[in-house]
Amino acid sequence: MRTPTSTLLPAANPNAPADPDDSTMDDCTDALHELYTYIDGELTDGKRAVITEHLNACGECFEAFDFQAELRQVVAHKCRDEVPDALKARIGQLLEDEV
Amino acid sequence: MADQATFAEAAMPMMDSLYSAAMRMTRNPADAEDLVQETYLKAYRGYGGFEEGTNLKAWLYRILTNTYINTYRAKKRRPDETDLDEVEDLYLYRRLGGLEAAQVGRSAEDELMDWFTEDEVKTAVEDLPEQFRVAVLLADVEGFAYKEIAEILDIPIGTVMSRLHRGRSRLQRSLYEFALSRGLADEDTDLDAPPRRQPERTR
Repeated sequence: MRTPTSTLLPAANPNAPADPDDSTMDDCTDALHELYTYIDGELTDGKRAVITEHLNACGECFEAFDFQAELRQVVAHKCRDEVPDALKARIGQLLEDEV
Repeated sequence: MADQATFAEAAMPMMDSLYSAAMRMTRNPADAEDLVQETYLKAYRGYGGFEEGTNLKAWLYRILTNTYINTYRAKKRRPDETDLDEVEDLYLYRRLGGLEAAQVGRSAEDELMDWFTEDEVKTAVEDLPEQFRVAVLLADVEGFAYKEIAEILDIPIGTVMSRLHRGRSRLQRSLYEFALSRGLADEDTDLDAPPRRQPERTR
């Protein structure tokens, strides 16, 4: 079973032993900094590749990014309303009347 | 220069999407209908100024947003909530991510999609302060690029990013409240702990 660790939590526990691999910690911080630009597809190809490489190597960051990307889909999916037929018809008519 | 005769054909199919945005902006069907109708009339009358081949949807959203800001917002003006309190990154993931990871045999994506009802997500979006709400709508629901949002709202890209960041964090906090109220998560979630996992099953 996967055990989520607190790598993504900055200064989660000041008494915790130092991370054995500080460079990993820096990579996580750098990746998290680009969380939204990454999931929004707003990074340059080069920068995107760097983050992707990190996500492929770091399960914790991958899960966090994945969660965030899914959440974006949930919001997109659940905020839809269908325009009432009456309004559609009314606007169609108004536009014809404008001619 | 665009020909008015082609307006309806090009713009009518986008009405569901504009209506959804109008619903989140005005938060009631009557105002949303008025807003969409006004947007289409303005767009039709100004269609000569639309440069064909450019993004019609973004152009319509710009009219929708400006109309909303100039007309409907004025009715119930509230102070700008620029001093929105900070919410940490990964707010929801840190509280619910472990639940998701603990689900076995079902797709994690389906889980998250099932956690919140449509009403809850809509309410969470509608509860956002206006400028954050509009940014989240344009990015998350409509999928506009930062540059397009900057043009629609007439603000710098950096401002788009900061409104999105804060709006999304705040949205996650609202969703977490819903999760709490439905017992999906416990009040005593330890924020310094790793994401929650489900308790050991007892026989």
